Formats: sequence, C-alpha cells, structure tokens
Amino acid sequence: MRQEYNITQKIDWVTVGLYLAIVFLGWLNIYAVTYDADTDQSIFNLGLNSGRQLLFIVTSLMIISAILIIDRQFYETFAYIIYGAILFLLFLVPIIGKEVGGNKAWLGIGSFGVQPSEFAKFATTLVVAKVIGSIGFKMDNLRNQILLFALIGAPMMLILLQKDTGTALVFTIFVVVFFREGMSPFLILVGIGGAIIFVLTLLVENQYYLYAGIVVILIIAILIGRKKFKRIALLTLGAIAIAGVIISVDYIVTDVLKPHQQDRVKALINPDADPLGFGWNVTQSKIAIGSGGFFGKGFLKGTQTKFDFVPEQSTDFIFCTIGEEHGWIGSLFVISLFIALLLRILFLAERQKNKFARVYGYSVACILFFHFAVNIGMTIGLFPVIGIPLPFFSYGGSSQWGFTILLFIFLKLDAHRMQVLQRL
Amino acid sequence: MNEGRKEIIQIAFVVVGIIFLIKLFFIQVVDRKYEGMANSNAILTVVDFPDRGLIYDRNGKLIVYNDPEFDLLIVKKEIKTLDSAAFCDVFSLTRDQLHQKFKELRAKKEYSPVKPTVFLDKLSNHDFARIQDRIDEFPGFYIEARSTRAYTTKAMANALGYVSEISKSRLDKDEENFYRQRDYIGQSGIEAYYEKYLRGQRGVSYRLRDVDGIVKGKFDEGNLDVPSVPGQDLVSTVDIDLQNYGEFLLKGKSGSIIAIEPSSGEILAMVSGPSYDPTMLTGKNYSENFVLISNDTNKPLFNRPLMAQYRPGSIFKIAQAMVALQEGVIRPETRIYCDRTIIGCHGNHSNEDLRGAITNSCNPYFWTVLRRMLNQGKSDNPFDDTRIGLAEWNKHIESFGFGKSLGIDLPNEKGGLVPSPAYYDKAYGGRPWKFSNIYSIAIGEGENLVVPLQMANFAATVANKGYYITPHLVKSVGTSGKPLPAYQEKHYTTIAPENFAIAADAMEEVVRSGTGQYRASLKDIIVCGKTGSVQNDARTVRDPKPDHSVFIAYAPKENPKIAVSVYVEFSGQGARAAASIASLMIEKYLYGGTKRPHIEEYVLRGKFLD
Repeated sequence: MRQEYNITQKIDWVTVGLYLAIVFLGWLNIYAVTYDADTDQSIFNLGLNSGRQLLFIVTSLMIISAILIIDRQFYETFAYIIYGAILFLLFLVPIIGKEVGGNKAWLGIGSFGVQPSEFAKFATTLVVAKVIGSIGFKMDNLRNQILLFALIGAPMMLILLQKDTGTALVFTIFVVVFFREGMSPFLILVGIGGAIIFVLTLLVENQYYLYAGIVVILIIAILIGRKKFKRIALLTLGAIAIAGVIISVDYIVTDVLKPHQQDRVKALINPDADPLGFGWNVTQSKIAIGSGGFFGKGFLKGTQTKFDFVPEQSTDFIFCTIGEEHGWIGSLFVISLFIALLLRILFLAERQKNKFARVYGYSVACILFFHFAVNIGMTIGLFPVIGIPLPFFSYGGSSQWGFTILLFIFLKLDAHRMQVLQRL
Repeated sequence: MNEGRKEIIQIAFVVVGIIFLIKLFFIQVVDRKYEGMANSNAILTVVDFPDRGLIYDRNGKLIVYNDPEFDLLIVKKEIKTLDSAAFCDVFSLTRDQLHQKFKELRAKKEYSPVKPTVFLDKLSNHDFARIQDRIDEFPGFYIEARSTRAYTTKAMANALGYVSEISKSRLDKDEENFYRQRDYIGQSGIEAYYEKYLRGQRGVSYRLRDVDGIVKGKFDEGNLDVPSVPGQDLVSTVDIDLQNYGEFLLKGKSGSIIAIEPSSGEILAMVSGPSYDPTMLTGKNYSENFVLISNDTNKPLFNRPLMAQYRPGSIFKIAQAMVALQEGVIRPETRIYCDRTIIGCHGNHSNEDLRGAITNSCNPYFWTVLRRMLNQGKSDNPFDDTRIGLAEWNKHIESFGFGKSLGIDLPNEKGGLVPSPAYYDKAYGGRPWKFSNIYSIAIGEGENLVVPLQMANFAATVANKGYYITPHLVKSVGTSGKPLPAYQEKHYTTIAPENFAIAADAMEEVVRSGTGQYRASLKDIIVCGKTGSVQNDARTVRDPKPDHSVFIAYAPKENPKIAVSVYVEFSGQGARAAASIASLMIEKYLYGGTKRPHIEEYVLRGKFLD
C-alpha cells in the first residue's frame, strides 16, 4: 500500500482557481447570450443553454473527482489503450454518427450526443507524452519523429473525415511540444513560411506577380552574394520549390477544399466576399465587440450578441459577449485569466520530475493556447473563421468535459510529482 | 540542449495575448464607428436579388424576361402600434385576413421577432404603386424588391420550364451553399438545365437606421455592400414564329411537333400538346395554378417530345432498310413477295423492290428483311443465330440515337427502348427465343419504343447522310457565345453514306407518289418523308382506339434546312394529321407561310378519322 496521500493539499490550487473562474465567467456569458428581457428566464432554466451548461459543469466536477481518485499510474499505463479506444470511436463516427450543423462529428445515444473528437485531444496527449517520456527516447531519431507524427496524424485524419477541419488543426500544435523536447525548429519555420506563402497566394489575385516577385528576389539574392555555382543552384531550387507551393496552394484552395471551407479562407482575406456568410459573421462579431467600448454595456445589456445575429453565439463566438457587455476592461480580464492559466501550466510543467508529466503539461498548455488564440483571433478578425470553442468558456458538454479531463489529469500528475522522486 | 526554448514558448503566449488586447483596444476604444450600431435594429440588411438571364429566340426576339415583384417583410419587435384599419386599407385585406396573416407568421419556422420575415409575398408592380407612398406609416414593415418571370408569348411552356421558390429538400442538397430560403430556382425545362448560367449572383446592401427605424443612409459608406450580378442571357435555337405556328396547329390535340436544323442540331420548334400558359406559373397565383395544372388529366406538364414513349411504327422501316443494306442482306433492287399470311399489309402491291416496299410501307417485305438480318447463318443453332444477329442489329439501331436519351439540354428526357439479347433473356425469363418470337420489331411495333425527339433526330440524321448533332435548345450562353461543347460534336452512325442516299430516295418517293403524296408534297421543293400509324396500348377490343398519326420529314432534299417529326395521338393514319402538320411547318419555316390554306383548315378542323 502506498502512503496516505492528501490530494487536496497537494493539488495546485492556483490552477484550480483560474479554471473555476473561467468556467464561471463562461456560464454567465452563455446566459447573457440567451437572455431576453421580455421573458426574463432564470439562468438555471434547463430549456436555456445556460441551464444545460450548468449540468455540464456539475458533471465536470464529478469527472474531476474521479480523475483525482484514480491512481496516477493509470494514465501512463493505459495511454495506448485509451488512445486506441478513442481512435475506434472516431472511426465509428462517419459510419454511425449523426450530423449536427453540417458536421458529422457526433456519436449519439438517443437524444444525448458526444463528440469523440473532443476527447481525442487528451488521448493523443497521453500517448505523445508516453512516447517522449519513455526511457532512451531521442528526439533527433527519424524513426521517433515518424512515430510521433503518425500518432498525431491518425486522429487528425479521422477528424478530417468528419469534416471538422477546426478540431483537426488543433493537433498541429503538438509540433511546439516536440520543439520544446528538442526537435529542430526547422519544421516550425517551414510551417510559418508556408503559411505566409499561403496567405500571399490568396491575397494576390494574379499569380504571375508572385512568380515575378520570386524571380526578382532570386536575382537580387544571386547578385549580392558570392557567385558560386552551388549557391546559385541552391537558391534556384528554393525558388522553384516556393513556386511549387504556390501552385499547390492554388490547387488546394480551388480543387480540394469544400466550397464552405473556401468561403472561410476567402473571408479572412476579403471579409466582403460573402457578405451573407462568414465575412458578415466576422463583421457582426466586430460590431458587437466594438460597440462595447472601454467599459462595456453591462451584464445582460448587450444587444448585438443576442437573437443569433452572430451564429454559434454561445459556442464559437462567445467572446463577442464579453467584448460587448464588459468592454475592453472585460476583454483584458478574460485574456489575462487565460494567459495566467497558460503560464501557470507551463510553470507546473517545468517543475515536473519525470518527462511523461512534463510533456503532458506542455501539451495541455499548447492545446489550450491553440484554442484560445484561434478562437479569439477569429472573433476579432485576425484569423479565419475556424469553428473551435474557447476552452472552459464556450457552451457544450463534450468540449467542457474534454478540456476538464485534459487539464485535471495533469493536475493529478503534478500533485504526485514528489512521489516520483521518492520512488527513483 | 533546448536551452531557451521554454522562454520562447512563454514569450509567444504572452505576445499573442498582448496582440489581442491591442487589436481589441483599436476596435473597442479607438474606432468609434461601431458604437452607433449598438442596437439590434440599427442595420437593415437588404438583399439585392439578381435578375435572371433573359431568353431570346434565334432571331433575337425576346421570349422570357423579368417583371418586378415585391415582398412585404415584417420585423415584429419594431411594431409598437399598428393602425390595422389603415393597414387593411392600404394592403386590401379584410380584418380576418390580417389576423390570419399574423397567425401564419407565427407558425413559420423561420419566424423571429427581431429578424425580417415575409408577411405578404409576391406583390405586383400594381400593388407596389399603391403601397409605396404609405409604407412609412407602418414602422416595422419593409418592402423587398425582386423579380419574377414574364413571357412575351404563351408558347413553349414545357421547353422553357418554370421558376419557383427553392424547396426545403433542394436547399438541403445544395452542396455549394449557393441558395438561401426563398430564392428562385429553375424547376424544369431550360430554366432548370441552364440554372447555373441564368441565376446570377445575389448581392446585399446594409443601411443604417435611426431609433425610429428610418433609413439614414448606407452602413460604413457602402463599403460592405455587394451589388447583385445578373444572370447570363441565353439565345435559344427556337424560331418563336415557327414555334407559335406549331402550337396553333396542335391546338386541341395531344402530341408533339419537333423541328430541327439538321446541320447544327438546333431545335427550331418543339411543341408539346396540350400545353399551358407559362404566365400561370409565376407570381402570386403560382401555388394555386400549379395544383390546377398538375392535376389536369390532360397532363399539360408532361413534355411529350421527350417524355412520351411510343412504338416507332412504319417510320422505323427506313432504319431497318439501311441496317439491312449495311449488313449486306439485301440490295436496293432486292424484290420480296408481299406474303400477307404471317403479317398483314395494306395497299395494292405484290412484289416490290426496296424503294417500292418503303413507298408502300410493305410489312411482309420488312418481315423478311429482319429475318435475313437476324438469321445470317453465323451459327447452326437458330437460337444462337438470332442472338448474334440481334446484337448486331441493336448496335446499328442504337447508333442512330435510339434506345438511350440523346442528351438534349432539358431535364427528364426518356430514352425509349431498343431490344437487345439481354432484354429478351429477361423478358422470356431464361426460356429460349428466336426470330419467330420477336418479329414485330421488323415493322417498328413490338418492344421498340422511341420518343418523338429521337424520330426528329433520325430525320435529321438521314438529311445529314450519316451523322447527327445532339438536338439542343440553346445556341448561345450569353448573347454572343456558343452552345455547350456537347452540342458541337458530330455523332456518326454505323451506316455508310451511300445507304443513306438510298433511304433518302425512298423517302422522296413516299412524298412524291406514296402514302405522303396528298398532304405532304410541296410545289417547289422536294420533301423527303415517311408516314407511320402507330398501334398503342390504349387500344382494346371493346374500345378500338385509333392509331397515333406519325410523320417524319426533311426538306429540301439537297442541302436540307429543316427536319420534322410529328406525333398526333389517336388520329389514325400518318398520311393525314401528322403529314399535314409536318408539311405546314416546313412551308412556314422555308416560305414564312402556307400556300395551301385548305391543308391548314384541314388540320385546324381536326376531323382526321372521317
């Protein structure tokens, strides 16, 4: 038997406090979205999203208790089994799943449905941590790298099959974790470079300007440096590669992406392109946030963020309500809460004594960060409209539970960090 | 190793947070433009519906255009008090109707008290003139303009098709995410087939309103507005005068007339009788009229030229003759005794060559021809021999465009039937079959089925001596464009041109001296034609319904300008109703009118069985 261990003393209460604060604010804002002064329904009304969200929060607290009670070894030991089970569920979704709002991402039991993709995040985090944390693991080993990319690629592919591009993209953030654990930054640079070329390709209507630009840069690069054959050849090859990327981006956007996805990408570049569609959502979202001013209109006093003027108001566009009703001060407060939570998790991750827990912690921070950045970025027009929730804040059972599990497994691991040392 | 990396990640997190706060500071504090729009009815979204493309005839005459139409939208929440007496007066409603309208409004699925919802739809230009000046008396109500289809003639209803609001099921299937509720969409005919080109692109404009809901101007100086893009115009291949004449001739009859320009496959006229007035399926009375028309027992929505499948009848003998010549089982001078013991015949003849057999439409001749074709002795087993022969025959016949849809630019085209060995295997349930079981196909009866369009196309193929261009109704997308690529391609038959020449001579003879001479021959021009009297399933012992009267023709023989097929149901011999109508169409097209008023009268009188 292990020694008596009081989880309530060891758990990191700072993180728990930040978590509870965000969850509570989310709940209030979900209520604000559905609030109609004429009917004045209660926040606990189960007919409203806020009432149902409270149910999700209460069940989350129960899940937390279970996570804290289960032996910490469980998560590392059963990582592969949990991962395999979730992959299986993801695989089932396109076959027996039900369609909600254009995406077939739900597994339903009666009227009750869950999105396995929300749980794939913590399952993938577990296996990634387990692989990197295993004895003798070296990040610069090509086989290890292939294994890691396969592990994040499998759920990505299955989620893409559900047409849920947003959630699939979340898995790309694991690259940052790999970077922290020693992978060459080359990949991240290539990724960022690719993104820049991608956006340029979409921005510039006539691609011949781009090609002309590449040629000009190439000539300048050749002229200013030494004129050695090898250098010129390398530069030329690089230019050809970039041109290839441009051609393939054009191909992907016009031939591979579904029309509604094309609209979203185009709305980023030119929000007026589809005025009744996604471009207008972003405009509406900005009007809502912008009308909040410095201090906001006050709780439940918002007008723009009600009655579905912006679709997905209580899920993907929940941040509008903060902006409108609580102004810049409110935005500052919520963003600060998230940054504080993220930094706290990074801090906890760095103090872990074993690699599994540290990698897990980094993954948690990165996943939450990705959601935070993309979600708020899209509501204020800095990112394309990619429908992913604001963690702990947006309405939805699966995402609430998924993020809670993700975070609290880490807090459980953190609470036991000294034990690991004792055992060694 | 990895020194500094954790700092990079921490800094990245913080930097993103700061970027967000700076951007938010600009939206929320620095840029004041959003503040004025801070109430739910500040911005009025006005949909700018595109005009559908117009449709012209081949000579540039307008056939289909757009009429303005108005919907009255309501935003329930903005209505503080409603002077219902004044409202009823302006909109010509009774109090009960007004109550009913509000009841309907609340029952609507898309109803929302804060979003514009349709209250009264499809108000005409006439209504609008009355309402326009007084709409400001009723805050919370808005007029939305769009357009509906209008027609310069009553002709061509089935070919043109109609336009109506998109259905829920069609909207769900809209992969492109192009349509919205209430959008108009082509439902049949050219309107449906060329929907993509005709529909245009909807636009939108945003207006700013003050507290009382009065529009004060454009939102954001109109920067977000997108004007609508009108649809592309179409130029039809149809000669609307010829079309109208055809409708005039077919009035009160069931059947179809199709005229094609052989060299281009362009359809000059396509008449389906009975038809309906296309204006009925537009505007306010659409639903009411649609029920009326679709419940009509005469089936005016049934587009006979491409949907009515008939036995081809004697006309098919032309095709049989060419296939037999091609297979080498007969020569033009082959004489066959008119043995009427197996199959009946008509007229006074006994031992004709091919030309005489066609001119007299001799049934025993073609019975023998088909037997020679199907039983060429390629196998000792008579069953296998027929099977080989039939497969060969089927291949030739299908090369004329029979047995499958031709691919006209209209939806719902039927393909008819050309029996194949597989077809008879199925029909006989695996029991063996040979020539003696299937000989009815020799004279175009039996299992053969064709649609009138295929017969017109066949006449065009003979006129072209061996090929056809798929018949089509639109010669240009946009006013100076081309037809779609599918309608620029020649389809060659498996028959040699010299065999077509023999068929052409025979068809000339039919009109000069045979069954078609009284009503189909024209003075200054050589018409090639063939009559047919087609048995139909409606015929019973108790009620011996007359045959369908059928005629195909083209003219002039050299350098043909027009090919025609005419079906007149239950009107007896092809030489009467169908031949008369076909020749009148040819005259009208080539000379602008008929010099034989007695034939026109005969057709209009419609007593073909006397």
